[in-house]
Amino acid sequence: MIYEVFRQERKGQPLQHAGSVEAADDHFADVYAREQYGRRGESSALWIVPRSAVLEIHEFVDELNRNYHRVDGYPLKEKLKEARDRAVSAKSASALSAGEG
Amino acid sequence: MNEKVQNTLLEIADDELILGWRDSEWTGIAPLLEEDVAFSSIAQNEIGHARALYELVARERGITADELAFDRTPDEYRCAQLVELRLLDWEKTIARHYLYEEADARRLEQLKTSDNAEIAGLAAKIDREEAYHRMHAQMWHDRLHDEPRYVQALSELRPLLDKRGAHTPELPELWGEMTIVRRSQPAGTKW
Repeated sequence: MIYEVFRQERKGQPLQHAGSVEAADDHFADVYAREQYGRRGESSALWIVPRSAVLEIHEFVDELNRNYHRVDGYPLKEKLKEARDRAVSAKSASALSAGEG
Repeated sequence: MNEKVQNTLLEIADDELILGWRDSEWTGIAPLLEEDVAFSSIAQNEIGHARALYELVARERGITADELAFDRTPDEYRCAQLVELRLLDWEKTIARHYLYEEADARRLEQLKTSDNAEIAGLAAKIDREEAYHRMHAQMWHDRLHDEPRYVQALSELRPLLDKRGAHTPELPELWGEMTIVRRSQPAGTKW
């Protein structure tokens, strides 16, 4: 059976996925996970979870296509680029007219 | 440190070195990959404990830990017959591991009460690592405890725990392999 192992490096920090161990049962998983992820002072806690207990989600249907509702990833990059290009062309246009004057 | 104390430390160190050597024979061929990692790590720990104990005795005698570990003749080793055997069956290896860890725990408890602070401190340090070995041995013991072959291995091996002094023919064999590189160098080689 595969167990996923999560470890916490220091108290207060989030547990992060560390790897997995293959073990016959929970008892073996406990000992193998300690051996590989815990016994050298590298972790302050471990979570050991049978892989079968993990609910997985891989696909996300954006049914309304309202990505403007999301607070993350608002695409500023292109807007900034447009603004920068506009500024550059305005500047060179005014430089040009100043030269003419 | 008197002769008797030195000999006791050598008994333990020799047990740990020879058992570590035998356990390391499972590296790469243990029944499960995770077990391979775990058991190899235990083997390495045992050899580390042997080194620390040899160093205490070596200092008393004005020699090095290596000289104690490798330059004695097989007859001079003080290990128990239990650790000498080459056990190619996993259930026998686990039976030996379980018996050894049980006995070693009792021995370390005694050593921790030594008047010599250095010995007591080292015993406490070793015991912290042995806690993981005991956990590992217990895990296998719980799983195999009613398997007839395992039960038989336990009763076959148990009497060898206290057999010291006379060695099995397997010790000189192991010694030959263990020291071959060291012995094959020209006299005076500095490592």
